[in-house]
Amino acid sequence: MSKFLLRPGVQWLLVLLLLASRSAGPLYAQVPSPRDAAFLATLGQLRDASFPDKDNIVEQIARSGHPNVEAVLTAFLQDRLYFRNQDQKIFLLKPGEDEDASTYDLIDPITLQSAGSASSDGFTKIITNNHLRRVLQETLARFRLSSTDAAVRMKAVRDMERNLSDANAQLLQERSGVETNPEVKKEIGIALALAALNSPDAQARLSAVSTLRHSLRQNVLNRLDDLVQKSPDGSFAESDAGVRQAAADAVISIGRWRTFYSGIQTLFFGLSLGSVLVLIAIGLAITFGVMGVINMAHGELMMLGAYTTYVVQVAMPGHPETSILVAIPAAFLVAALAGILIERTVIRFLYGRPLETLLATFGVSLILQQLVRSIFTALNRSVATPDWMSGTLQLNDALSITYNRLYIVIFTLLVFGALLVVLKRTRLGLEIRAVSQNRSMAKAMGIRSEWVDALTFGLGSGIAGVAGVALSQLTNVNPNLGQSYIIDSFMVVVFGGVGNLWGAMVGGMSMGVVNELLEPYSGAVLAKIFVLVALILFIQSRPRGLFPPTGRASDNQ
Amino acid sequence: MKFRWTRMAGWVLAGGMAVSCLAFARPAKAQGTIKVGILHSLSGTMAISETTLKDTDLMLIDEQNKKGGLLGKKLVPVVVDPASNWPLFAEKAQELLEKDKVAVVFGCWTSVSRKSVLPVFEKDDGLLFYPVQYEGEESSRNVIYTGAAPNQQAIPAVDYLMNEVGVKRWVLEGTDYVYPRTTNKILEAYLRSKGVKPEDISVNYTPFGYSDWQARVAAIKKFGSAGKKTAVISTINGDANVPFYKELGNQKISAEDIPVMAFSVGEEELSGLDARPLVGHLAAWNYFESINTPENKAFIAKWHQYIKNNKRTVNDPMEASYIGFNLWVKAVQKAGTTDVDKVIAALPGIETPNLTGGMAKVLPDHHITKPVYVGEIRADGQFDVVWKTKGLVPGEAWSRYLPSDKYIVADWVKLKCGNYNTLTKKCSGQNYK
Repeated sequence: MSKFLLRPGVQWLLVLLLLASRSAGPLYAQVPSPRDAAFLATLGQLRDASFPDKDNIVEQIARSGHPNVEAVLTAFLQDRLYFRNQDQKIFLLKPGEDEDASTYDLIDPITLQSAGSASSDGFTKIITNNHLRRVLQETLARFRLSSTDAAVRMKAVRDMERNLSDANAQLLQERSGVETNPEVKKEIGIALALAALNSPDAQARLSAVSTLRHSLRQNVLNRLDDLVQKSPDGSFAESDAGVRQAAADAVISIGRWRTFYSGIQTLFFGLSLGSVLVLIAIGLAITFGVMGVINMAHGELMMLGAYTTYVVQVAMPGHPETSILVAIPAAFLVAALAGILIERTVIRFLYGRPLETLLATFGVSLILQQLVRSIFTALNRSVATPDWMSGTLQLNDALSITYNRLYIVIFTLLVFGALLVVLKRTRLGLEIRAVSQNRSMAKAMGIRSEWVDALTFGLGSGIAGVAGVALSQLTNVNPNLGQSYIIDSFMVVVFGGVGNLWGAMVGGMSMGVVNELLEPYSGAVLAKIFVLVALILFIQSRPRGLFPPTGRASDNQ
Repeated sequence: MKFRWTRMAGWVLAGGMAVSCLAFARPAKAQGTIKVGILHSLSGTMAISETTLKDTDLMLIDEQNKKGGLLGKKLVPVVVDPASNWPLFAEKAQELLEKDKVAVVFGCWTSVSRKSVLPVFEKDDGLLFYPVQYEGEESSRNVIYTGAAPNQQAIPAVDYLMNEVGVKRWVLEGTDYVYPRTTNKILEAYLRSKGVKPEDISVNYTPFGYSDWQARVAAIKKFGSAGKKTAVISTINGDANVPFYKELGNQKISAEDIPVMAFSVGEEELSGLDARPLVGHLAAWNYFESINTPENKAFIAKWHQYIKNNKRTVNDPMEASYIGFNLWVKAVQKAGTTDVDKVIAALPGIETPNLTGGMAKVLPDHHITKPVYVGEIRADGQFDVVWKTKGLVPGEAWSRYLPSDKYIVADWVKLKCGNYNTLTKKCSGQNYK
């Protein structure tokens, strides 16, 4: 009875206190049950614990059997576990809360209900480190093993694989019986086989090895390899000769497949580097190759494209997925207009004077750089990568391809195809080819050659802008972006053969592949030097590149 | 005609004003000013980092003047722009020392710029405060190094990884220039001295501004999958970091599997990048913005107010600039003059508080004492401190782990030498090698 009389008074006092601390909510509305009190006490130990102690406390929390364990540990893993400085009470932050926000939306660890919001100044985060996060993931995996989402279960099995204690193996064994998803079931099979390698029964170990030999996983390979190794005293880690033989066979077979797939991966790396080279060079292949203009501002046109991507992204906040698609035509237009402007105001007065063109366009490139520096400052601008472009495509356990590179390869092929269609199938393309082959004859046929010059230059510049969109996903967007690629793009065009789009394609791709093949052996610095030396030697013997222009057209070059 | 007259009147008036201005200016000058040189790149590739330090120095000078200046005189900043051009650093340093006759210079960022100005400072007997972490193996009479020497950043960071994280395999990844090469040389010697086998160390260099990281990151992943705990020690410089970390994120290398410990990535570098894929990767510094001390909070508030932008970050070289400025002020007050020789003599032993606790004390080798912190990157681009050294670490100019420098010490108080060989008992002068 007295308890009932007291409570309203206490509540009022608390309400006053809460108002003072600028928070509201039914925080102390209930006296905690003994189990809740014990849970809170364990949680409370986290406040001043060292990292090794925190590991133990997490284990204690996990074993407490309290219904909120998963919610609290998930919050801890996500950096959402705080205590209030004033009374040392633990709170969770609402998911998605910004750490730098001035007020925090709080959740009570016992009721899991909202506990109002309060100024962030009065709270201290309970911090985690890499090791603790690993422990938390492994601990949470035990709870997530029965999740309804197959992907979560898959992740849980993988997390548990890192720590195959008897308890975990037991849990996996139980799950294996009821698991319906074949992928997850297969994963559990591998985990159980890995655990079975420690079994005292040689037969169990042998069957585990035969399960594992079809996996391409690195950790499986390492584990099997351990079985074959001799320990320092001359005895084998694996006592049974039959199991050892099976493991040795499995190691060789897995190793062979992994080497094969890593070869494919290197080839893909080469193609992806090559496609970047092609992308930055085909614009130049048009202006330099077809028109014979040495445009040193080509790199800056790419930079304009990259900055256009940034501006489009800023103009479309919250839509990084679509903004990059909008940026492609926008960058084309911006760079093409800039290119036409350069052609009309500078280059057209200098046709046939390559040295002056080189100097003039170099000047233009400096002007463009400083212009961008004045508008956007010299700081790097961060262009967000859309979700569909980040991450990897896991083809199998030994081969994965990053999405951003994959899309850039596809994008390069698309741009290249589109350019071929424009040059071969449209009237503009016909006129461009006519003017480049024989200007006076083309004029005689009624082609406005000056107009065609401007459009050709615009087309080449526009492609450079589009390349800038791709580069914004790979490197820093800053005023010096163009400078770092201009040499590469000239190299590709010269190697491929001036005036030939296919030359740029084959040249760029082969340079990319050679570079990536050399790099693991010589390092990035030397690989580049080797490629340059090889290029010089090649140009010595074939000055007109891989695909020299033939026939009458070659006379004009 | 009328027009011409008015114009002439204008000239006369302007001239008169100029003369009167000079007349007024003179008594102020007689009262005395102290010129302070600021030698940071304001254009070119290093402008990104160095402009911030120029602003920090200006803020500190401004603040000192509000307190009544120094020795009753007003501090006047002389700002020059060496434009990220190393030979120009030497020219501008000469200009500051010979033409402007500044009392002190705060400046330089890259090691190559410091090496470029060294002969000038020694010839003209100037005083330089260098605020950036560097590779060591140097001690000049005319330079006070307020950034970390390798034993105040690299070695403790490796200790943390070795003892707390249990790392057994090491990738030393750097940009191809003097700081990473020397640091990695020291680290390799240190790791070998701790019994790490050569096959467990992989050293690799990439060019400045490298962006095609896919093969390197795949190689790191492969190196790290040999069953032993692996970590990357990154001395990758500035711009190349963004694509490097992006590629790590893309290839799903998480900090729990292969942590990357960086020596050149701080709050400022992370502010231009989405830090969510980097959570848990590490950096070792002597200062983090997130460290909660009253001095630090006050400094951050002051900085935000001065720069008029609440989003601007504070980083380690800024704290080193702050410490350097305060050390100089105290030394001048102790010497009672700005005369370089007297200030240099007064400097060893001078103490000033760090922003994160403890005192920064100038040592006889012209380095200072510093706390060392290891931080893990948070999703908002700040760091959570997960480890720190017990107490302060005194800076060592010469690494004790390099066989060639083991017996070399620097002492400007007793030995008057930056390069004293304790075996041959000889000072080999200021040639540093």
